[in-house]
Amino acid sequence: MNMPSKPSRLRGDRVTLAHGGGGRAMRDLIEEVFTGVFRPESGEDQARLTSAALQVPGARLAFTTDSYVVTPVEFPGGDIGKLAVCGTVNDLAVGGAQPLWLSASFIIEEGCEIALLRRIVASMAREAEAAGVKIVTGDTKVVEKGSCDTVFVTTSGVGVIPPGRDLGAVHIRPGDVAIVNGVLGDHGATILAARGDLALSAPLQSDCQALGHLMAAVAEACPNLRAARDATRGGLASALNEMAEAAGVSVELDEASLPLRPEVKGMCEILGLDPLYLANEGALVLFVPEAEAEAALAAMRALPAGREAVIVGRATERGSVPVRMISAFGGTRIVDMLVGEQLPRIC
Amino acid sequence: MRYVEEFRDPKAAKGVLAAIARVACEIGATREEPVRIMEICGGHTHAIFRYGLDKLVHEGIEFIHGPGCPVCVLPMSRVDECVEIAERPGVIFTTFGDAMRVPGSRKSLMQAKADGCDIRMVYSPLDALELARRNPDREVVFFGLGFETTTPSTALTIQQAARERIGNFTVFCNHITVPPPIKALLDDPHMLLDGFVGPGHVSMVIGIHPYDFIARDYGKPIVVAGFEPLDLLQSVLMVLEQIRDGRAEVENQYARVVPEHGNPVSLAAIADVYEERPSFEWRGLGEIDASGLRIRDAYRAYDAEETFGIGYAVGRAKVEEPEGCACGAVMTGRIKPTACPQFGRGCTPDMPLGALMVSSEGACAAYWTYGGARVASETEPAE
Repeated sequence: MNMPSKPSRLRGDRVTLAHGGGGRAMRDLIEEVFTGVFRPESGEDQARLTSAALQVPGARLAFTTDSYVVTPVEFPGGDIGKLAVCGTVNDLAVGGAQPLWLSASFIIEEGCEIALLRRIVASMAREAEAAGVKIVTGDTKVVEKGSCDTVFVTTSGVGVIPPGRDLGAVHIRPGDVAIVNGVLGDHGATILAARGDLALSAPLQSDCQALGHLMAAVAEACPNLRAARDATRGGLASALNEMAEAAGVSVELDEASLPLRPEVKGMCEILGLDPLYLANEGALVLFVPEAEAEAALAAMRALPAGREAVIVGRATERGSVPVRMISAFGGTRIVDMLVGEQLPRIC
Repeated sequence: MRYVEEFRDPKAAKGVLAAIARVACEIGATREEPVRIMEICGGHTHAIFRYGLDKLVHEGIEFIHGPGCPVCVLPMSRVDECVEIAERPGVIFTTFGDAMRVPGSRKSLMQAKADGCDIRMVYSPLDALELARRNPDREVVFFGLGFETTTPSTALTIQQAARERIGNFTVFCNHITVPPPIKALLDDPHMLLDGFVGPGHVSMVIGIHPYDFIARDYGKPIVVAGFEPLDLLQSVLMVLEQIRDGRAEVENQYARVVPEHGNPVSLAAIADVYEERPSFEWRGLGEIDASGLRIRDAYRAYDAEETFGIGYAVGRAKVEEPEGCACGAVMTGRIKPTACPQFGRGCTPDMPLGALMVSSEGACAAYWTYGGARVASETEPAE
């Protein structure tokens, strides 16, 4: 992490409205807390981007954006900064793009601790480096107390899709297998426990992680990789429903194969939640032709983010509902889209 | 998970399912003339659909979904009264999350919150009491809702508030009891029930003897049941065996949790804080004598109906159910959810018209979510 070596010019421990005023205080905050760590190459208020990947004929740009409002802003396994980098990197990666550049915008509540901002920024820099992306431009705004909660972060991302790669749910065919990269529901369960309202304590960590390297490995191993999603809000259930609808197929899940930690299962039992709907922040679900399933599993299991990769179901001809699950008990049930909100402000 | 997975063992289930089929044949139950068993509790309804038990059991068994989901039996007028309290200046209205989306005649609590009311979701009445301690200049109201399972925690919270002399905390009491609506159903000449699966968590508090009248006076078997699929299947088998043997008894399948005489500490707290109301309105069932609880005079200061001059304290307006909503008929088992003209059309979990579609324990939401309606034709029983 690059910290400024000179003594801090920032006065006080907390952000005030002066830090958003456009004057010296704002410049000091930006330089010390943000650009001093992210070190964007351009000194202008825009990033100027070049990449060899872009020069390849047929290569396409991918562009995505996401806002992060999670509460609490720091939780076991991550914080809002890590989430903001991983989430946007993942949105690029699951579309088959190599993530390259991010922007980062911060809406900061008056009174936010500067030390907290420094931790968030350090965490973003660390994740960006690990994921091989650069944070090249950004913005800060300070709002009055009560106008936002501590800090909200927006990241946009740009990546490059190599020529010939075209991932999309529309390519899923009956017979394709569905694979997830690891345990489900950890992020949602962690946030729930971290809020402390429930007096539940469980040794849980958010699964928050960037999936760029994992996606690159699968795409390399499976020339006919159909489609991938990161199963964030709404969980695996919602991701599969969207994919099945788009593809005009049905998906049949096998409950016994779903990778769930006993702690997450237990929490869901107590609270009446369904782990299929719990949010994830590093869970990949992808479809490959059956012939490439073993190659996909092997490629995934070779990387830390895919060590527990497993087949959870398969696509079938379109039936009466998009997603059903064969329960471990032998019955069948619909796995519908999430209705309403299981939990607000999960990411 | 220990003590959970054992009760979901597919191998053991196969054995029980075979036994159910055997007894069902012995008593001549068929698809055309089924044995009708009411699971009283919404938690059981949910479990039946979650595990597809209705499809797994012999075709001669029909589950009738009872009135045991407290959110579902709450009349629209009570939601209106919640909104009215929440709209009073200075009020923080606290509620369990599953009541937020229940439609009132004007609006739901969710809509009232969006309109500016200070409505907060809590996980326990003690959380509401803590809000009262931290906001002494505000009036904190807890929406007390539920059967004998949740009644003790509200009672203990009121006792605690009284001990601490907290003056800005009240409870809008909608606690109800299970036996009276069962009696009302049994008195209905159109009701064709052969037996009951009783709510285990309620009996954890009240024991099994409050159901004695079902066997003694009406000659129907009832088995108090747990909530895992094997619990439910075993209970169905026990009901069938009673029918086969010509017995009508109160049996306890859930003995690992339910003591015969209930929980004396909980019962004492309930008796200290509440008394029976002369009657209480149930959605779909109307006013039922002695089916609701109100806060005793000794704790009158904690009764939101008294404090705000609302509800049964002042006489209540009759609110008609929305047009086309057949929640009442579904609730009493007269029709299946899918027979309601609004099911899946004017009423879905996204845009619920009636309460049975709102709560996950409601029969309509269970039908919708787990596909009783949508995949009925194509699911086959497990081998």
